[in-house]
Amino acid sequence: MRKIKNLIMTVMISLATLICLIPLFLLLYYVIKMGISSINLDFFIKNPKPMGEIGGGMLNSIVGTLIVLGMASLIGIPFGLATGIYLAENKGTKLAEWVRLSTEVLVGIPSIVIGILVYSWVVKTMNTFSAFAGSIALTIIMIPLLARSTEEVLLMVPNTLKEAAFALGASRWNTQRMIVMKTAMGGIISAILSSIGRIAGETAPLLFTAFGNQFFSTKLFRPISTLPIQIFTYARSPNVVQNKMAWAGALLLVSMVLLLNFSAKWISQALVKRSKN
Amino acid sequence: MFYMRSDKVFKIVLLVFGFLILFFSIGIFIQLSSSAWLSIKQNGVSFLFKSVWDPNKDVYGALPFLIGTFITALLSVFLSLPLSIGTSLFLSDYVKGNFSNIISSLIDLLASIPSVVYGLWGLFMLVPYIRILENWLFKYAGFIPLFNSKPYGVGILSATVVLLIMILPYSISVIKEVLKMVPDDLKEAGYALGANKWEVMQKIVLPYIKSGIFAGTGLSLGRALGETMAVTMVIGNRNAVPTSLFDPANTLASVIANEFYEASSASHVSSLIYLALILFVFSFLVNFTMQLILRKINTGMIKK
Amino acid sequence: MNSEEIAIQAKDFSAWYGEFKVLKNINIEVPTKHVTAIIGPSGCGKTTFVRCINRLHELTPGAKVSGDLMLYEKNIYHSDPMKIRRTIGMVFQRPNPFPTMTIAGNVMAGYSLNSIRLKSSDYRDILEDSLRKAALWDEVKDKLNKFGSELSGGQQQRLCIARAIASKPKVILFDEPCSALDPIATGKIEELIRELKSQYTIIIVTHNMQQAGRVADYTAFFMLGELIEFDQTEKVFTNPAKSLTEDYITGRFG
Repeated sequence: MRKIKNLIMTVMISLATLICLIPLFLLLYYVIKMGISSINLDFFIKNPKPMGEIGGGMLNSIVGTLIVLGMASLIGIPFGLATGIYLAENKGTKLAEWVRLSTEVLVGIPSIVIGILVYSWVVKTMNTFSAFAGSIALTIIMIPLLARSTEEVLLMVPNTLKEAAFALGASRWNTQRMIVMKTAMGGIISAILSSIGRIAGETAPLLFTAFGNQFFSTKLFRPISTLPIQIFTYARSPNVVQNKMAWAGALLLVSMVLLLNFSAKWISQALVKRSKN
Repeated sequence: MFYMRSDKVFKIVLLVFGFLILFFSIGIFIQLSSSAWLSIKQNGVSFLFKSVWDPNKDVYGALPFLIGTFITALLSVFLSLPLSIGTSLFLSDYVKGNFSNIISSLIDLLASIPSVVYGLWGLFMLVPYIRILENWLFKYAGFIPLFNSKPYGVGILSATVVLLIMILPYSISVIKEVLKMVPDDLKEAGYALGANKWEVMQKIVLPYIKSGIFAGTGLSLGRALGETMAVTMVIGNRNAVPTSLFDPANTLASVIANEFYEASSASHVSSLIYLALILFVFSFLVNFTMQLILRKINTGMIKK
Repeated sequence: MNSEEIAIQAKDFSAWYGEFKVLKNINIEVPTKHVTAIIGPSGCGKTTFVRCINRLHELTPGAKVSGDLMLYEKNIYHSDPMKIRRTIGMVFQRPNPFPTMTIAGNVMAGYSLNSIRLKSSDYRDILEDSLRKAALWDEVKDKLNKFGSELSGGQQQRLCIARAIASKPKVILFDEPCSALDPIATGKIEELIRELKSQYTIIIVTHNMQQAGRVADYTAFFMLGELIEFDQTEKVFTNPAKSLTEDYITGRFG
């Protein structure tokens, strides 16, 4: 009886794992199957045609995504790194504990709320939706994520190395820069990549900030089209051609995000291996 | 002296960033409250209990969205529980080494797929099957109140299923972390007494990680509450209190996503921000509590 | 006690971790260009004492000190801590070469970490001289640009000694430098310490009394944060003045 129960539970537990994995495979399968047929050269180099016409591509959204992500990274990476260093350097102090708690709370804030917030702060102040506002929204999501993972990798650097540097008369700044950051470099790069991966797919915070644009635009202070928003719009369109475009966009977006994540993982693993030698 | 100066600058810069983060999280609350002030003044607390939301008549009540949010979130978290506990046990105690690592990273992939892609997939691939399931249930189990409305496919049930898939990796990663803290000698003691694997899991491991499971579930609840795009795309967007699992509905997040950019009247905008404020407070409370619990678990384990 | 010149002098020196007083009113005069060993049971404050000398102790949150600690009659705690640390080198319990730096980079880390630029001829000279003094030159001269992590444990520790020497310190502190090493590597480090004392004042913390007997001219015995006895090594080991010292060196406790 006990044996049978044990066996049943083993089967159930394995089954649970299988059930968790099935959606992943189904999703990837469908995204590839539905998206691949619309991926061609035009997809990358042409702008969308008006609804009803066949052809066209998503150039404006691809460029828009790159602009918004690039700008968000430009602000978010230094800010996130600095906060992470602050947390690691001041571990144990009251203020740092509060800062850590606020990063945790920030991570938990629904991204649509961030969108509303940036709408109030940036869009209303500047009186226009803009690529800039979208970047700010993504930056706000990126900072706490990056700060926490940066703190984690910095704390993995052995304390004896820091002490050795201090014992040679190094300042905190030089120790951080030349010893701690260098030793943790792989982890930091991988943290940066995965935080970019996280914000690359964010849609909700862009709805009321970058907004969207049917046309090609690279202006920072004008509304801009992004892949996630365009997928959302096309998915809800009654037009089959646009639905297909949504799948193609999804395939591109998923590939981007997975690529960022894989390279992050690969870098950190390669470095773990190196440090073990 | 240069070193001393650069050190001071370094310290101050870090401090400024730390403070910015701190002020920022307080600033969110203040900004949302002030933007929602018009609606708060007009509707007061009874906003939470009014069941009609009709921007055309300038009537705003949050009840349909509160119910939509909590039903989908709680239901998906509840349904995900056996799956996430099972998978975590599988990964920590039933398989080892590389195989476990590969499956872990696959499950982590679930978390990295953008919400809008879940929505797209849900809308075109999942909803048709759910419609078939709903029709079947409606036909044979329609006498049960939960199943007694006309199925559309899009609605509470579809949103719940998509959410369920999306939150799995979050609760699994928390539970996996807590499982690592179960001391090996406890388990070995169990085996030494002749218990088999499941008995060790049931009698020793699961009781030991109870609070960790709670925290993991809570964090995924926080996720589910605020999830926007995927839910917006499959929930059917109807501003009324749902009465069955098949009803199209709206959550706090999905109604904001749907109506915010087309809202023209000041009271409509302000009421939507009021909804955002409520969403913020709920997810703040959930996250804050769970982080405190997780911290307690961590420090408690260190003391042991 | 003797007529040697004093390198380091503690006057009523105490140190705390939070509320816990780790060092209690230490008075000691460490003579210059000799090896002084600090022995005592674990938790006696011996490591804390050397960490106070180069002001590493204060980097621990909640740490504080009182009393005076002098380096050649200059108060260590009235000076710039970074300058003090450059004047007082330290070698740690476990070899800790910087994994991101080459062997040469490790030796010269005291300069790069302080943003000091050297003429390339000076750089070569200091590099070679430090490695020679650390008895490592012949073993690494062909792989100066390889990473330090490729060396054996004993070589890594000598690399750390070269790193300390390169900054031209007056005093070198050794905090149980051989606790992670095998007997042969230990023997080499001890030999090195005996050679270095002609140029540097050396303080070595050790839990190994034979080691103190082998390398130290003077020995200080610490217990529960107090300095129990300080004298010439031979005297401490053969004819201690305090019964506590006798109990410890004869192995009756600790």
